[in-house]
Amino acid sequence: MNALWLGVLGTSLIAFLLKYLGHSIPEKYVNNPRALRINTLIPIALLSALVGVQTITEKGKWVIDQRLAGVAVALVALSLKAPYFVVVISAAITSAVIYRI
Amino acid sequence: MSKVNRATATQSLSVSFTVGLYGTAFGAASIAAGFSILQTCLLSLLTFSGASQFAIVGVMGAGGSAISGIATASLLGIRNGLYGLRMAPLLKVRGFKRVIAAQVTIDESTGVAIGQEDLGLDAMKQGFWLTGFGVYIFWNFFTLLGALGAQAMGNPSAWGLDAAVPAAFLGLVWPRLLGKFERTLAATAVLLAIILSPIISAGLPIIATALLAVVFGWKVRS
Repeated sequence: MNALWLGVLGTSLIAFLLKYLGHSIPEKYVNNPRALRINTLIPIALLSALVGVQTITEKGKWVIDQRLAGVAVALVALSLKAPYFVVVISAAITSAVIYRI
Repeated sequence: MSKVNRATATQSLSVSFTVGLYGTAFGAASIAAGFSILQTCLLSLLTFSGASQFAIVGVMGAGGSAISGIATASLLGIRNGLYGLRMAPLLKVRGFKRVIAAQVTIDESTGVAIGQEDLGLDAMKQGFWLTGFGVYIFWNFFTLLGALGAQAMGNPSAWGLDAAVPAAFLGLVWPRLLGKFERTLAATAVLLAIILSPIISAGLPIIATALLAVVFGWKVRS
């Protein structure tokens, strides 16, 4: 089995087990406020880190290019409360235009 | 289950469609990262958790190993387990029904369910199931569309996909960044991951930021 298939099937299996586990644990064991708080913050940290890595790194190197401009425009769109698709499209257009110049 | 509440059905459908559209971005990103159309569709059918799916194709597309990709995706999937903890006492399902309920336990189904609290338990259950199935259908349909489109498209950079993916992620995390506390955590996580990127192998810089979440969440905040 090659690496991509391992990635697809491994991710799917664990994703399901995590979901199922939540439905199967008796509530009384997990009412720890600290654990709940940390678990709310984990996705925020991970998703933000992923945005950073995808924007200014490429194969483990720092690369500043059209992606940064696109994501900066997305950030402006978000702070202006633009709808989700406007955010994504404006980033794509900005990046594509700079790439083609 | 009693008659479906109209407001609940409308909300479920609009959330399902909006989020489903985003499957196009996933389909395209997955192809751009080197996954086949079949692998891309299986990720949406089986993993069915947007953030985890973007993580596995993001990490492996950037040259990371399957293990670091799976680890990152799994860390992002932990919150679905926590949603399950919250939904289980509401749904009270066993056996095969519990398997189905678990598979569609995601941000959106949980969010709509909790949003129906004023309308009663039946509306909450309906919101969960309608949104769970609705997102499942639209997400998978648009994943296929995005995957097919990407192959016809050629170089993703020429179409801005390289920026659309992080922008899509940013849009996903944005509603969670309301407070100064969360914004500080997010900014610190971005910095840490970028600093670690040239030092440790792909995927690990992102996982490392989970430690920041532990540090930030340890103290009780007001």
